[in-house]
Amino acid sequence: MNKSNSLWQFFASVKLALLVLFLIAVTSIIGTVIPQKEAAQFYLANFGPTTAQIFQILDIPDMYNSWWFLALLFLLAFNLVICSIDRFPGVWKQVKSDGLAVPVDRISKMSNRVSWTVDSPPSETAVSITDLLKSKGFKAASKTADGAQTLFAQRGHWTRTGVYLVHTSILVIFAGAIIGSLGGFKGSVMIPETMERDKVFLFGNKGVEELGFTVRCNEFAIEFYANGMPKEYTSSLTVIEDDQEILTKTIEVNDPLTYKGITFYQSSYQPSQDFVITVALPDGTDERIYTAPFQEQIEWIEEGLTFGIINAKVRGQEIVTAKLWFSDGTDSPDTVWVDNKDSVELERESGTYRVTVKQLYATGLQVAKDPGVWWVYIGCGLMLFGLYVAFFMSHRRIWVVLKKQENGTEVTLAGSANKNRPGFEKLFADLSDQLQNDTSKM
Amino acid sequence: MDSSQLLGITTFTYLFASFLYAATLVFRSNRIGVVATSFTVIALLVQTVGIGLRWIESYQIGIGHAPLTNMYESVVFFAWTIVLLYLYIEWKFKTRTIGAFAVPMAFLAMAYASFAPINKGINPLVPALQSNWLLAHVVTCFVGYAAFAIAAALGIMYLIKAYFGADDRDDRPTILPSLNVLADIIHKSMILGFIWLSAGIITGAMWANSAWGTYWSWDPKETWSLITWFVYAITLHARYTRGISGKTIAWLSLVGLLAVLFTYYGVNFLLSGLHSYGSS
Repeated sequence: MNKSNSLWQFFASVKLALLVLFLIAVTSIIGTVIPQKEAAQFYLANFGPTTAQIFQILDIPDMYNSWWFLALLFLLAFNLVICSIDRFPGVWKQVKSDGLAVPVDRISKMSNRVSWTVDSPPSETAVSITDLLKSKGFKAASKTADGAQTLFAQRGHWTRTGVYLVHTSILVIFAGAIIGSLGGFKGSVMIPETMERDKVFLFGNKGVEELGFTVRCNEFAIEFYANGMPKEYTSSLTVIEDDQEILTKTIEVNDPLTYKGITFYQSSYQPSQDFVITVALPDGTDERIYTAPFQEQIEWIEEGLTFGIINAKVRGQEIVTAKLWFSDGTDSPDTVWVDNKDSVELERESGTYRVTVKQLYATGLQVAKDPGVWWVYIGCGLMLFGLYVAFFMSHRRIWVVLKKQENGTEVTLAGSANKNRPGFEKLFADLSDQLQNDTSKM
Repeated sequence: MDSSQLLGITTFTYLFASFLYAATLVFRSNRIGVVATSFTVIALLVQTVGIGLRWIESYQIGIGHAPLTNMYESVVFFAWTIVLLYLYIEWKFKTRTIGAFAVPMAFLAMAYASFAPINKGINPLVPALQSNWLLAHVVTCFVGYAAFAIAAALGIMYLIKAYFGADDRDDRPTILPSLNVLADIIHKSMILGFIWLSAGIITGAMWANSAWGTYWSWDPKETWSLITWFVYAITLHARYTRGISGKTIAWLSLVGLLAVLFTYYGVNFLLSGLHSYGSS
């Protein structure tokens, strides 16, 4: 790769990054003002035939998955890769560079620099200074040349890679997104209580996805606030595979169920005009759950029972109370109003039956499989870590030059940091005070 | 004393403090400056108690949740973070002149909260909002927004000084801090805002994944938060390009704030989507 190649320079440039970021930002606005993923008629009706056709060509209805938008994202990723390949070797050299290789006359020109003399000989002074630097977290290496002994210590040399961690994290997030879209799916399914399903409907009219196992909704429960707003709703789900019940979990919004990489999220619900009727036989010998459409007769043939809901009072779509009709084949049937989710005890010749009546709901589940999501999370974590390192940590270097004098040593302390210079100047001043203090007591 | 009375006191104290800061600026009086800071600190403390009280009140009426769930509560928190951040900058950089530009922003936010036709009541949360992610996501986003608001306040100061004031490299003490100092604090505020906004977007994505099964759906709110993120990414990278001046960065800080305001407010009221419950 010829790095002076102007094509390379173009793709490695910050100017390209600024341009691409700008284009992505501005074009993203389009998808927020023009409603996405609507039917073709919607755009025809709202924008007229000509504009609607332009929209179709540019894939505006699904612009974030359009060829040109993905091309911009790809260009950004490519720019990041080339930038990093271009600049990282230089940064790595600085990370690995040996501070002892810096010549003494360069050190004596640094802006953070202070000199003083001590009575003790260089070797003793060097030991004392090394110990003090070590106590401050600066492990010093030593070299003797040109008639002077040089000590060098540094901290945070690796922090120069911070920026590359951030840029890499973006690529990791992109990779996670690609893995997710290639190897995953997103869809939804409604499961009425007591029923089971083994397929979900994919979003974007992409058809049906077979789960490979069955999910049964055992029960759906919902509570409302006084103003009628839903307060909490939960579904008890059971996963069934090869006729075996694998696991049961009650899910709620923000607390899904995961099985074999597929996650089921409580997303919505649909009240129906049907009922769930639970009939318990006298003395608790048996109990069965039936689903009963409104005004339909249900039979428990073995026990000779017939029952059903013949009337109901509603508030909006919510059943408040239902009129139950119940017969055991003898005498006249019972008719009684039962509140939703309530039970009633019916005393009949054959015994006391306990009947529970509940409105039947269908639970609305969002179903997703995303093998890339953990990569996206790793990328996010790496980004935050990288941002912290890039902006709040710096590479700090300290040099000490010891020159033998007639009656002792001339000590020169110098240092530099690649970021947060005011903070480093303070550290340097403190270090200088302490060193001068300690070495004068020797 | 209930929370809304305390927050009302806060609103007017911020207004008073804004005048005091303006006086500090105009009369270059350190004494007035100390009074300005004192009133701001007192107002912040009153506001903190007010927010805490509102949190407690929500539990008292049986729908306990952090006071961060509707436009009213979030604007109040926004004002709180702006003042907190501003006081830190005042302490760190030993300059009160920024107060004349930052504290009015907090006042305007509180005034909007009090007088706009928005729902100020403590409302129960729909199931989707009943999550620990609420605290993390809202706090990180608003700390980011506050840092960007302060960057914009400084941007205004920079542009005033650059267009009507002294030489670019002038470090002599004048009414407003020097351009170099302003540029430095703008840069640092933007960095702070950028990191917190990144955390805000990330916590939002993780929450969305646990609630709806998808960490990113190009919903208008999500998209606009990303657009805001891009604006600041561009601004932070612009300094590596030749020919970008302090004035450009100052203008970008204002563009950034517009993006923040559209993300925060415009999306809820002008567009529709999953996030529109923020408008209640």
